[in-house]
Amino acid sequence: MSETEEKTTSRRAFLGAGLAAGGAVATAGLARAQGAPDPLITEVQPWARELGAGVDATPYGLPIRFEADVVRRNVSWLTADPISSINFTPIHALDGTITPQGCAFERHHSGAIEVSKDDYRLMINGLVDQPLIFTYADLERFPRVTRTYFLECAANTGMEWAGSQLNGSQFTHGMIHNMEYTGVPLRTLLEEAGVKPEGKWIYVEGADASSNGRSIPLEKAMDDCLVAFKANGEALRMEHGYPVRLVVPGWEGNMWVKWLRRVEIGDQPWESREETSKYTDTLEDGTSRKFTWVMDAKSVITAPSPQMPITHGTGPLVITGLAWSGRGPITRVDVTVDGGKTWREARLAAPGQDKALTRFYLDHVWDGSEMLLQSRAMDATGYVQPTKDELRAFRGVNSIYHNNCIQTWWVRTSGEAENVEVS
Amino acid sequence: MSKFRKFAAPALAAALLASPALAEKLGLGRAALPEEVAAWDHDVRPDGLGLPEGSGDALTGEELFSENCAVCHGEFGEGVGRWPVLAGGFNTLNRADPVKTVGSYWPYASTVWDYVHRSMPFGNAQTLSNDEVYAIVAYILYSNDLIEDDFVLSKDTLAEVQMTNADGFIEDDRDTLELPAFIREPCMENCKESVEITAHATVLDVTPEDSGDPATEVAQAEPEAAPAEAPVAEAPAAEAAEPETAAADPAMLEAGAKVFKKCAACHKVGDGAKNATGPMLNGIVGRAAGSVEGFKYSNPMTGAADAGLIWTPETMAEFLANPKGYMKGTKMSFAGLKKQEEIDAVIAYLGTFGG
Repeated sequence: MSETEEKTTSRRAFLGAGLAAGGAVATAGLARAQGAPDPLITEVQPWARELGAGVDATPYGLPIRFEADVVRRNVSWLTADPISSINFTPIHALDGTITPQGCAFERHHSGAIEVSKDDYRLMINGLVDQPLIFTYADLERFPRVTRTYFLECAANTGMEWAGSQLNGSQFTHGMIHNMEYTGVPLRTLLEEAGVKPEGKWIYVEGADASSNGRSIPLEKAMDDCLVAFKANGEALRMEHGYPVRLVVPGWEGNMWVKWLRRVEIGDQPWESREETSKYTDTLEDGTSRKFTWVMDAKSVITAPSPQMPITHGTGPLVITGLAWSGRGPITRVDVTVDGGKTWREARLAAPGQDKALTRFYLDHVWDGSEMLLQSRAMDATGYVQPTKDELRAFRGVNSIYHNNCIQTWWVRTSGEAENVEVS
Repeated sequence: MSKFRKFAAPALAAALLASPALAEKLGLGRAALPEEVAAWDHDVRPDGLGLPEGSGDALTGEELFSENCAVCHGEFGEGVGRWPVLAGGFNTLNRADPVKTVGSYWPYASTVWDYVHRSMPFGNAQTLSNDEVYAIVAYILYSNDLIEDDFVLSKDTLAEVQMTNADGFIEDDRDTLELPAFIREPCMENCKESVEITAHATVLDVTPEDSGDPATEVAQAEPEAAPAEAPVAEAPAAEAAEPETAAADPAMLEAGAKVFKKCAACHKVGDGAKNATGPMLNGIVGRAAGSVEGFKYSNPMTGAADAGLIWTPETMAEFLANPKGYMKGTKMSFAGLKKQEEIDAVIAYLGTFGG
């Protein structure tokens, strides 16, 4: 394996070394800057003398080896088996808003399957004037649109209900990605088949063995859902539903059916496994909310964070993170460094887009003291992201899904950070 | 519906995006044939719409469940490892760590039928006949004391089954309950007097070891850590093993890899393969039976191991053709591979994974 991995010591060993290790790194950087001339500048480096790789060395490029740690990761104890499981986007190491497909989280119920464009069929049936079959080539002939949306798994942050569990924004908030989709509005396809007046719901299902199926109100289907075949300009990846997936903007990821093979129109919901036994939110008194589709406004600081300690010492520090809402654009994000006593409005990298990730920055001068970092998103409806305790007051701790609480990172004087809860 | 509330900002943004305006149908696609709709439209609703002919009872279902389901869900639906528990858990929904089973949580029996029919058994979906599905679902319902053992489940009787938690669900009420509290002016200064840390993630210590570890970045920051003459990309271990396997027919190995998908739900191979529902299979060809450390084998397998059974290509082929016939009482709930070429291919494939 790569050298990087050989050199890797365990995180705990590093944390065990604590201040000493952090201090050593900071000092080393400082010494180079102030002492003897930097050999990286004064000595001719091999890359300045020798030739680099030719074109076509990698016909489809991958990240340079130095970025080998920017990968999806799973938490193996979460599920019985990696085939019906989930992993997490390395949001701690990314910037901007678009998630590269290769590190965008995966969630499969029966594994990621290979379906070619030639073998792909989409059926529309049920309460329609004419049940139809489309091939992939048919879909490419419909007028298409390009839109950017976030996809968040309903269970994102689900492990944090009862207390702080996982150290890293990748693990606490990484069941999310944000891509630019190209596809055909679902409405166009439904109108091609002709929805009968009694049609009120659609049922969407995938071609894999899990036959993940969900009921969606016709109103949403006719509003902004897309039958997408491209993401970030290229074909969808197998793990995200190649060749065709459904896009259900602002609503929980499970509804974005991958390897979409069928859309049925009906007059009532189907109450499938994934909308009754799963993806329902059990409240404190034991009753459960169902059809909790919309993802509430939420944000998280991606750096500094447990996987992204401050290694440069005091002075200028970029605090950055992501914010999103299933109800519309993000209008504002506030950041606190003192656990919520005082807040400052963060700078948005760009105006919030409807149901898409927004990047925020707070340009801070760190004095080296401890910080309790939090971010708080606000969307176009005026909804302000709640604290964990505010959410628990409504839902208890058994909800599993839809945890959009404010996240706290405790940054110590060493620059290392930990996932904590505060009063 | 309030969920579809339109707000000024999104509406304005939407107006700036050009959407295709369609006046009429494009005439694309073709009519779906009734046979095609019948082949794919399997969904079942709580009112029974979509249920096919057929029937089964719990007594019949018990044996089928044992053969097809128990390896993951346990003989009584109690669940093995982290696989779903199907029975019990009554009166736990309002407690810490509720046990959500078909009996304690699922609101509709139709959902059980639909899910078993379309998605189970895991790794071998859509192989059960309608009668078998009725029988297995009857057994699951019986295990939860929802029906008697002689109750015949069919499309006419399924909707009669009273599920314990049928009234336990409410539709999303966040808009009326939570939004009034959370749509507010955020506090910016003097929001609280003091702040105390009340919980630490390190106490639980459940974060995976390889978490993109700061130590990695530290190592890279040191110039010695990445000498310029280092090869651009070292071959991963799997590729390094290739010469050993080059002798086998690549087409056969590819076929074997495909066949192995039937096994992969329970058995792992390759780097870092661990025991799962079944033992890991690195080095299986030529190894003594029942010898993977840490796996709890069935009594018959342990017996065969004591008697000196070795997994040669020949004994493996016999076992894989008919597991329960070859070894009565094995935990491996797999019907067997029907085609000799599939058996040969998967054994060749397994042979590429050394111990």
